[in-house]
Amino acid sequence: MSEADSYQEDAIHATDLRKTFSDIVAVDSISFTVRRGEIFGFLGPNGAGKTTTARMLTGVMQPDGGSAAIFGHDIVHAPVRAKQRCGVVPETANAYTDISAWQNLMLMGELYGVPKHYAEERAKTLLTALGLIERKDQKVQGFSKGMKQRLILAMALLHKPELLFLDEPTSGLDVQSTHLITGMLRELNRNGTTIFLTTHNMEEANRLCDRVAIIQKGRIVTIDSPERLKMAIERLHTIEVSFDPARSADDLITFPGIESARREGDKLVITTEDVDSAIHAITTFGREHNLKIEMLRTLSPTLDEAFLRLTGADSA
Amino acid sequence: MNPESIIEQAKRAFAITKKDIRIYYAKGPVVIFGLFMPLFLFLAFALGNRNLPMPFLLSGLLAMTVFFTATAVSPVIQPWEAQARTLERLIACPVTMKTLIAGDMFASFLFAVGIAIVPIMIGVLVGVVPLYPLLLAAGIILASFCFSALGLLLSTPATNVPSNIMMLSSLLKFPLIFISGVFIPVEQLPFAGQVLAICSPLTYFTDIARYCIMGTNSFPLSVNFAALAVFSIIFALLAIRLHARTVSRRI
Ligand SMILES: Nc1ncnc2c1ncn2[C@@H]1O[C@H](COP(=O)(O)OP(=O)(O)O)[C@@H](O)[C@H]1O
Ligand SMILES: [Mg+2]
Repeated sequence: MSEADSYQEDAIHATDLRKTFSDIVAVDSISFTVRRGEIFGFLGPNGAGKTTTARMLTGVMQPDGGSAAIFGHDIVHAPVRAKQRCGVVPETANAYTDISAWQNLMLMGELYGVPKHYAEERAKTLLTALGLIERKDQKVQGFSKGMKQRLILAMALLHKPELLFLDEPTSGLDVQSTHLITGMLRELNRNGTTIFLTTHNMEEANRLCDRVAIIQKGRIVTIDSPERLKMAIERLHTIEVSFDPARSADDLITFPGIESARREGDKLVITTEDVDSAIHAITTFGREHNLKIEMLRTLSPTLDEAFLRLTGADSA
Repeated sequence: MNPESIIEQAKRAFAITKKDIRIYYAKGPVVIFGLFMPLFLFLAFALGNRNLPMPFLLSGLLAMTVFFTATAVSPVIQPWEAQARTLERLIACPVTMKTLIAGDMFASFLFAVGIAIVPIMIGVLVGVVPLYPLLLAAGIILASFCFSALGLLLSTPATNVPSNIMMLSSLLKFPLIFISGVFIPVEQLPFAGQVLAICSPLTYFTDIARYCIMGTNSFPLSVNFAALAVFSIIFALLAIRLHARTVSRRI
């Protein structure tokens, strides 16, 4: 065991990581630390720089600036040691479709130096857990998207990595596959695997992660626990209502619990931190003025709203 | 286990070789570019020059076969992988660029050596038995290594369209056939042709093949082997260098 392997080392330590593509700054000097044993979420909209960050951390792309270490191994200067310790599920990866699921797994075993008998045992366990064991000898060509993704996860886990990278692992998958994958991630984490997960799905980040970094335009906006994130999100709900006859937004703005109101076509769009009082106020207002409520619905905050909320950009 | 050790990386390179053979060499180009193409060129040439001796023709066929086979698939493996979206997963594995290139090169090498047996067998069947079989074997091995490295060098442009690479490499490969003494002995080429011939690695292998099969040669044997070795080293180092630079642009 070298010094770098000592147990205090963080799973990921990124310092001022930077990557540009011609004139686009994809990742703009970000720094963060992922501790051993946590599920760390990287949450941001499309184009935020999540994939680019993940690619730099997994040694697929060279950073233009800054550095990153995986369990103390620098990803640029000791890439083999760093890569040996992680499993990777890239965003748009594929298994080899001309060979079978089993052969794909055995290939990974060889590339990670896993002894053959152990690789075979692991492959059986993983394929069973991910519901692919009956298809193990079929070519990957005929697999559905969900099955392919499950296979890629199995391939990433064959050598029992201590750290698992997943780039939007459930994006566009069927419910069953999503369920299997998230279930497996939880179980892995219970058994000590550190997980770095990117997603543009706030719910997923909330459900799975111990800490979440919000990334936007290549920068980390905030790193927080999902509870705190959730509080920030739940503070802001949207209610849409339309009355007959129509009313102006100004009629509602003074009511308790209502933060803002504006007109959008024939409906009023109201934001509130207290959905209950706001709805009571709206219905009372309608009854008092003999208005027919034609439509009333509450909307959960969108990611964009959550961003604005978390970054305080809307209070400026 | 130290993942960086040479033995460990060599094992992983071999895993890449196995993968390449399973997946890529099962596809069309090897047979088409490696075997049929030289055979057709050879037949066309042999029919047009009926007075040429059989050993001359066969040594030319051998040189072409090894050259075309070694450069048939290796240039397109990485573009194929990039297109099929398997490349990112592969380079996230704990293997160095040297390992990756070595793995691809070894697959190409094995095929070139394997297919070389075909023209030699044809020769034996028509009564042309190599005069120096061991020397010929050594020549085939070195040449296969050299041409495989050249094949990998040809795939360094960061395009993910395999047919572009195939076109580019054909553009380079076909002219080489005509200046490397395969059809016309180097001595009979015009001066400019002779200068070009010296720059072509294929010239030296053709010369080795000719010497081993019919006993005549244009260059000393030691020069032939040394030239192939130097070309091999240059091609391999350049391929590793350039791939390390371009690979991330493919994904
Ligand atoms: N290989 C590339 N070449 C050029 N631009 C790229 C490349 N990869 C990503 N980008 C750009 O970098 C930015 C961040 O992309 P990405 O990391 O894929 O974001 P995300 O994964 O969060 O959706 C985007 O503007 C994208 O267009
Ligand atoms: Mg992405």
